[in-house]
Amino acid sequence: MPVDISYYVILSAVLFFIGVAGVILRRNPLIVLMSIELIFNAANLALVAFAREWSNNAGHIFAFLVITVAAAEAAIGLAIVVVVFRRSKNVDVDEVAGLRG
Amino acid sequence: MILFWALAVLLIVSAVFTVMQKSPVHSVVGLLINFVILATLYLTLNAEFIFVIQIVVYSGAILILFVFVIALLSSGVGPFPEGPNRLPRIVAPAAIVILAAFGFLIYGLARAPLGVLPAHISTSTSGEVGQANVFGSVADFGSALFSTHLLPFEITAFILMVAVIGVVMLAGDAAPDRTRHRPKRRPRKREPIVKANR
Repeated sequence: MPVDISYYVILSAVLFFIGVAGVILRRNPLIVLMSIELIFNAANLALVAFAREWSNNAGHIFAFLVITVAAAEAAIGLAIVVVVFRRSKNVDVDEVAGLRG
Repeated sequence: MILFWALAVLLIVSAVFTVMQKSPVHSVVGLLINFVILATLYLTLNAEFIFVIQIVVYSGAILILFVFVIALLSSGVGPFPEGPNRLPRIVAPAAIVILAAFGFLIYGLARAPLGVLPAHISTSTSGEVGQANVFGSVADFGSALFSTHLLPFEITAFILMVAVIGVVMLAGDAAPDRTRHRPKRRPRKREPIVKANR
């Protein structure tokens, strides 16, 4: 029997907030990026669940686009982490305050 | 239903593991388990192509990117002070976790309505598995992607190209000590060559 969609949406919300907690609480930029990937995955899970609920594969297409954008985001974010580490030798996002006004 | 609850609990546990670990390498392992379990959840939602893409792109490409950056940042720092004695302690739980994830993947594959009966049919009820009118099949996804959603697909290609160019411009430069000695105005050197050719 197919599971009701509300369980998938609740699971997606839980995963989303675990990711948000990671972004807020952690200071390591790599773990912050991984938490952002968790947030993307939560969005994808909700999209795919709603796609099955309405038997409409536009949700699948959108999840595919989100995965692509997540790949681009991870590449650019990791490049920024590498550049920041190369310049200042730290791995703490609170210490990177070069753009503070 | 049991499959969903087991997968949900494992998903949340692995996500919390990812967020709470102190070492980024342990977080990457948690993230890998999270991605594989989420792919199995996609399979329970009749999303075959998203399942494949999740495995290939996320746990194939993005995680390798993370691992490479961790290796790049911690080279010369010495993150393993205890030496090779750590390995035997890690092997047993790692094997258990990997086998459990693999078992769930196989279980999800066996339980998924792939060959038995298409539970959700988008247009008609007479479709074979793998044809374009079965909801969630690869043919369904592909025909929708290349007909009605063609423009977003092409914009995606553009976004990926912008990302690649951006990464090369950000981190693809030479070592920092070599950039420091680079002469700042390089195009001015070419002017006498042009005049000599005349």
